[in-house]
Amino acid sequence: MLALTALGLSLVFGVMRIVNVAHGEFFMLGAVLAWFCTSLVESPLGGFVFALVAAPLVVGAVAWAADGLILRRVDYNPEATIVATIGLLYIIQQAVLTLYGPDARPVAPPVYFKIDFPWFGYSGYKLVVAGISACLLGATWWLLTRTTLGLYMRAAQQDLEMAQAMGVPARRVYAMVFALGAMLAAAAGVLVVPIQQAHYLMGLDPLLLSFIVVILGGLGSVKGTLVAAFVVGLSDGIVSVFFSPTLAKIVATLLVAVVLIVRPTGLFGTSKA
Amino acid sequence: MSTLRKSLVLHGAVIAGLFALQFVLPEYHNTNVARIMVLAVYALGYNVLLGYTGLMSLGHAMFFAAGMYGAGLPIYYLEFSAGAGLLTGVACGLLLAFLFGLLALRTTGVAFLIVSLMFAQALYLATLYFNEITLGDQGFIVKAAPLAGIGFHEPALKYNAALVLFAAALLGCLALRLSPIGRVLTGIRENEERTRLLGYNSFLYKLLAVVVSGGLSAAAGGTYAILFSYVGSTFASILFSIYPLLWTLLGGAGTLLGPLLGTSLMFYLVDFASEWTSAYLLVVGAALVVLVLWFPLGFLGWVRTRWLAWLP
Amino acid sequence: MSDFTRRQTLKTLGALAGAATIPSVFAQPKGKPIRIGFQVHRTGIGAVYGRWYERTTAAAVKMINDAGGIAGRPVEIVAEDDGTDPKRGPEVVEKLARQHKVDFVYGTLFSHVVIASAPRAGELKIPYFVVSEGYHVASGKMNRYVLQPGITDVRAQVTAMSSWVLDKLGKKVTMIYPDYAFGYDHRDFFAQAAKKHGGQVIERLAIPPTESSFTKYFARVPKETEVLYHVMVGPGVLTFVKEMGEHFGKKRPQIFGFIDSLEGVNLATPGLDYLEGTYFWEAFPRYAEANTPAFVQEYRKRVGVNESGASVNDPKDVSTYSHMFGCWETLHVIKQAVEKSGYRDPTQKDYRALIEYLESVKEFPEGPAHPQGRKVFDGKLHQCYGHQYVSRVEGKKLKTVHRTSIEDSRYEPEADYTKQSF
Repeated sequence: MLALTALGLSLVFGVMRIVNVAHGEFFMLGAVLAWFCTSLVESPLGGFVFALVAAPLVVGAVAWAADGLILRRVDYNPEATIVATIGLLYIIQQAVLTLYGPDARPVAPPVYFKIDFPWFGYSGYKLVVAGISACLLGATWWLLTRTTLGLYMRAAQQDLEMAQAMGVPARRVYAMVFALGAMLAAAAGVLVVPIQQAHYLMGLDPLLLSFIVVILGGLGSVKGTLVAAFVVGLSDGIVSVFFSPTLAKIVATLLVAVVLIVRPTGLFGTSKA
Repeated sequence: MSTLRKSLVLHGAVIAGLFALQFVLPEYHNTNVARIMVLAVYALGYNVLLGYTGLMSLGHAMFFAAGMYGAGLPIYYLEFSAGAGLLTGVACGLLLAFLFGLLALRTTGVAFLIVSLMFAQALYLATLYFNEITLGDQGFIVKAAPLAGIGFHEPALKYNAALVLFAAALLGCLALRLSPIGRVLTGIRENEERTRLLGYNSFLYKLLAVVVSGGLSAAAGGTYAILFSYVGSTFASILFSIYPLLWTLLGGAGTLLGPLLGTSLMFYLVDFASEWTSAYLLVVGAALVVLVLWFPLGFLGWVRTRWLAWLP
Repeated sequence: MSDFTRRQTLKTLGALAGAATIPSVFAQPKGKPIRIGFQVHRTGIGAVYGRWYERTTAAAVKMINDAGGIAGRPVEIVAEDDGTDPKRGPEVVEKLARQHKVDFVYGTLFSHVVIASAPRAGELKIPYFVVSEGYHVASGKMNRYVLQPGITDVRAQVTAMSSWVLDKLGKKVTMIYPDYAFGYDHRDFFAQAAKKHGGQVIERLAIPPTESSFTKYFARVPKETEVLYHVMVGPGVLTFVKEMGEHFGKKRPQIFGFIDSLEGVNLATPGLDYLEGTYFWEAFPRYAEANTPAFVQEYRKRVGVNESGASVNDPKDVSTYSHMFGCWETLHVIKQAVEKSGYRDPTQKDYRALIEYLESVKEFPEGPAHPQGRKVFDGKLHQCYGHQYVSRVEGKKLKTVHRTSIEDSRYEPEADYTKQSF
């Protein structure tokens, strides 16, 4: 789940070389839409499947529009993009607050069972999430390495001008990458609502976490992002057992900063800056 | 008239205008302008880094907070005077900026931005973690002893203290801008490689810019704590790092008066908008997008390209 | 949202007005209105509370105006959003006082906004009535213009609960609270009270405000824990409670929580089943019971909540029932203070008389103006004290099992505002 959000960010980050501050809001939109979809459909399972299909599509469309209306017009200039996506963040947040309200709304999990370990219980749904995440990650991996679109993306990432000269439709690729990144975040949002609740301020936390993961994993490196997501996910849990959680977070953020300073391309990144 | 004379006249006139404003403004706007001036110093500090050196940071709240806590804590616990408190605050800001610069300047561009964000986030969490001292998000009330017999609740003192700070910061930035150092910084912004080839140690110059920028932000933070009597961790949060970026870009990055203009516009935009709708965040967001699409240079940047090429 | 809310509230009130066929025996209020500035959390983390604060305020104002207003003058609310932001808070106080020229400022809930705004209210010398339940007014750190006459502070709540928790549930307590001012009050004052009653806090778990997953914290709860004491605020609360259930399963210790963990949340939400048999503090029982007095029924009807404490228009919209009564009661306190002190205009003389009158008040009797119950008011501390409730979750509802006496909630006072100058 963390891996999904982070991967979306990493894609956008890596291929387009821009920072999307509104990425967390795509995650939030996914969650909110999931609530909306499940409230339309009677059965929890049906609603959930519907949400898992519909929410990423809607969010992807929003992202596509945002790309065409805003990002393309500033030529993906990194600084301008940051400011524009901050603006987007506010707009999305306020729109959700106005239309959906300030409540944290729960969504019933599509399957509900509990696994009792001797020392603690674990919700079965979380395993389902892990499964679906793995499938989506696999699909993304396939898309990146085995299809023409993936080829284009990688080409654009490595050398934009050369890629354009070779006939890669860069603009379309950019728009697709941006939408795809947003869709991954939205899918993560849908998956998370039965665990967490949909709330209009929920975007910030995953945004920060994905920043951490993306940086540790190396910008634009899918493999790195995955490894980093696992490491961060696990270490967060383990570290918290021994330290105060706030202290753990302080240490983690400082660590990320140091990694960036020492190895600007991330722990798993190649040295292409 | 030479560029120098023109600049001096313009900025002198702005300061004089602000001084005169306090006698004509209604009560409500009086305090608002005082607030705006203090926050504009924060934006000015930000601008030194973004506008003149070309480094974009998303962590300036840490300097603002360093100044705020650096001034607020000794006043609260050790009963420092306002002046001594402010000095400690600025010292904290300078030190933090120096350490931050040493580490973070090894990176550039987006990486620098994220490093600054991470450091600021760590400091924000630290203000929560050491809540026994900082009182966490709830914060505490700062009551500085009166200055020369005048309490800080007096509107005249509030306004003029803010004005003195702002004038000093503005003239300081003007001096920096016109000095040889300022020109080297601009050189770094335009082309760091070439500046280095000309024999300048760009790292040292950038470090200087970070320290100046952090110091100004800390001065704003300390003054804010003293004049508006409150210190809390909100002022260290990410949102508070985004504000100076907005203000600076709105007014025009790389112009001296841009931060003041941007801060004022944003303040009143929120103030007016919140009257007829609680959706003022939408207004803020839309303003940002519009800005980026049609006025990427900010208001004064736009003025400069069209009419006043000499505007510093 | 707020527009929608207001419209909805008005509709509710309209329906109620239609239903209540008793003709008004009072004269229509006349003259210059009493303007009350309402600093409201419409956006930001406090928005759920803010919405119900607005509804309760609208209902109370309607009731006051229908009954002839305050001192014969109509009441007018001037509301402005502060974004639950301590930076914006004092600016809003400033705007209400100086631009809108209101008579009083009222209604702030989140304690960091209160603490940031209070100095400015003191400088502007305008009475500032907060409805926050934070331990800030009574701590003596505010100023003479800040009062909290409508809701008991958190220190008093914790003190009142401690003896019951330690006597009935167990002596070895693990506390889970937000790493947040509100949490520190619980941490400090419960530990203090625990010592007095022979209990012991064996572990303290502070949870950072941005946290969204809690399982890892439960791993740190010691095995010998007899009572798990939890209090959380913010959007993550439901997750917190669910994961607590998943983690402990059937072998749970006794669990005692502050209803803040579930304010605005339906207890029948899937995943909360395991809460059956656990206990909660409530300021005011959310679920109507057989012995609910008539004036409380009337209050519930007017603010528009059904017997489960949710909105009559939307059963999914659960109220912040243990907090919002403070708005109702505070507005009635303002009414009483204006009428008894002879307040007319926003002048220093009238303000002084009003505050001095309130400082002389000893109690507010239970009734339509104070539906939550009798309040003892401490003029030196500018703070009121009331009864508290312990409720047990039974059949996905809260059923009250204990009501504390007002004396249970008192502590050594640390301040005296009456010694401060105006």
